[in-house]
Amino acid sequence: MSLLEIKNLHAGIKGNEILAGVNLTVNRGEIHAIMGPNGSGKSTLAGVIAGREAYEVTGGEVRYKGTDLLSMAPEERAREGLFLAFQYPVEIPGVTNTYFLKAALNAIRTHRGQEPLDAVEFLSLTREKMKLVDMDETLLNRPVNEGFSGGEKKRNEIFQMAVLEPTLAILDETDSGLDIDALRIVAEGVNKLRSKENAVVVVTHYQRLLNYIVPDFVHVLVDGRIVKSGGKELAYTLEEKGYDWVKEPQAALPAGA
Amino acid sequence: MATENNAIEELANREYKYGFVTAIESENAPRGLSEDTIRFISSKKGEPEWLLEWRLKALRHWRTMKEPRWPNIHHPPIDYQNIIYYAAPKQKKNPKSLAEVDPELLNTYKKLGISLGEQERLSGVAVDAVFDSVSVATTFKGKLNELGIIFCSFSDAVREHPDLVRQYLGSVVPAGDNFFAALNSAVFSDGSFCYIPKGVRCPMELSTYFRINAADTGQFERTLIVADEGAYVSYLEGCTAPMRDTNQLHAAVVELVALGNARIKYSTVQNWYPGDKEGKGGIYNFVTKRGKCAGANSHISWTQVETGSAITWKYPSCLLIGDNSIGEFYSVAVTNHFQQADTGTKMIHIGKNTRSTIVSKGISAGRGNNSYRGLVEVKKGAANARNFSQCDSLLLGDRCGAHTFPYIEVKNTTSKVEHEASTSKIGEDQIFYCKQRGLSTEDAVNMIVNGFCREVFRELPMEFAVEAQKLLGVSLEGSVG
Repeated sequence: MSLLEIKNLHAGIKGNEILAGVNLTVNRGEIHAIMGPNGSGKSTLAGVIAGREAYEVTGGEVRYKGTDLLSMAPEERAREGLFLAFQYPVEIPGVTNTYFLKAALNAIRTHRGQEPLDAVEFLSLTREKMKLVDMDETLLNRPVNEGFSGGEKKRNEIFQMAVLEPTLAILDETDSGLDIDALRIVAEGVNKLRSKENAVVVVTHYQRLLNYIVPDFVHVLVDGRIVKSGGKELAYTLEEKGYDWVKEPQAALPAGA
Repeated sequence: MATENNAIEELANREYKYGFVTAIESENAPRGLSEDTIRFISSKKGEPEWLLEWRLKALRHWRTMKEPRWPNIHHPPIDYQNIIYYAAPKQKKNPKSLAEVDPELLNTYKKLGISLGEQERLSGVAVDAVFDSVSVATTFKGKLNELGIIFCSFSDAVREHPDLVRQYLGSVVPAGDNFFAALNSAVFSDGSFCYIPKGVRCPMELSTYFRINAADTGQFERTLIVADEGAYVSYLEGCTAPMRDTNQLHAAVVELVALGNARIKYSTVQNWYPGDKEGKGGIYNFVTKRGKCAGANSHISWTQVETGSAITWKYPSCLLIGDNSIGEFYSVAVTNHFQQADTGTKMIHIGKNTRSTIVSKGISAGRGNNSYRGLVEVKKGAANARNFSQCDSLLLGDRCGAHTFPYIEVKNTTSKVEHEASTSKIGEDQIFYCKQRGLSTEDAVNMIVNGFCREVFRELPMEFAVEAQKLLGVSLEGSVG
């Protein structure tokens, strides 16, 4: 059984259709990259999978571990091991990173029938995971993302991923706003978390990130549909020829072909 | 979407946990307010002549006053003649031990989560339980006696320590101070009295527990706490009340006096019946609380978490008379459904080098209306005064209100007064972020609201802090912006 199966997904916002029939299958152990020009629907796809209420699903289905994902509440999806690394992580004043993450982890653990961790256990867990993303311990006691630089916010997303150990992680333009060094650290973190049981979907504009997080499959999203899929070389071709190269053959095809 | 609505509905239908009535005989005063009512109350309590006179003077003064109309709250006019001003449960006088206390009463407290016997054994907190205008039992009297600490009902204090009472009663809130203080001074029922002798640090937190039972009775507590030179006391006040349809007036007066180098910490968690979802019923909480930092280096802190009452109207204040004295006010006020609050503080800087800190967190939800009203006054002689004020409002929903009315009057140029204010909403993005990490909407809102209130909760004694967090969760009933 595939981990994630998207069939003919149509979705939009306020009556405007953004996803026009997306098809995608992700199996455990795989890394998929989704690339595409601005406005192609990349973030919408990530948002719909995560369960963002602003988006309306108008057709198609999404199966996660064999179950209908779209009928699950966002927190349910998260507890089943779905993780979204946000493009613009929000700030939560007054709530420390530690408090937030411990509450989240324990909610997930309880759902899985595991004992929640106490403060001491949680602290040793975080110390271990912090090394994965070269995270500064002092950031833990600060309110979630408050006053964090762009790079720190993205690293915090991957740090949370390391602690929550999701089965399917969707990285929504995790590379945007990062310098070369931060990019490398974030990518290394993601790579270290890979296993045969989990999978990652990397949503990105540029090929650069894919030098570090090497995908098994690359898909190109244009006007709300995946128009081309291939191996990691596809990313290089896109970088070389631009997105128009992918769009052209579509325009050239006669209707109904 | 569907799941969110379900959660909200479920929470909203949670009934007010403390809504029940104790079937117990009550010995009430006839309705209405007259000199006879005062004499009735005074004689029932066996008060000395001077106190009766004090009450009568207050009543005469009250008759010349008009109810103030300036607060940002609305309520139907109160008929002062249609209230019962004294209700005492019939029971044996002066129980020597809990065994002599009416078991029905004790059962009431058990339902409310307070078992006097257990408290006596476990927590070490001395409880003076006030039930419908009469103090019930005072535990730990013996232990406190050894240290010379007096902690008893106000009525007992009048009997056993009349000189102390007479010296300090009305010295911080004179009878003529305001309409409700005058009313209270005339008809006050009971409350707590506490005196800490010189240099003594009270070893346990002192607490009082209130409840209103009989219909249409107003609660008029009078509390007086005096910390002599170098003394320290931490006092907790927590209240609940049963469900009623008609509004009940609660006009208490609390006076604190801190002499040189003394410190008083007064914490309140208030959970009076707030009225139902349509805004019907609920307690009117019109309270005058004031602390006098009489001596040099004295320190008074007020910490309050106000989640109940249909209307909350109170300004716990500090008179910073002694040089180097410190006044603090930490507050979380919640208004949900149709609750209204006009609350804040007054810090009056009179001596030299005085400091005050104000941290006010207002949370509005439903159609609640929440106003902060604060006064920072630096008098001419108050050299080198320092104040820091922070007023933050959190709006949950789009039909609630948050208002701030800060008053700053500075008459001394060496002073420094800082004021910060913020208004925010819990954003959908924040809620979604929490949900995407596995937290339910309810947990997310609770977490964010608690984070918002952190600075205030930090000031509460630990037992209260836990109760306060739970109370906040229940009061907010799933309201999300």
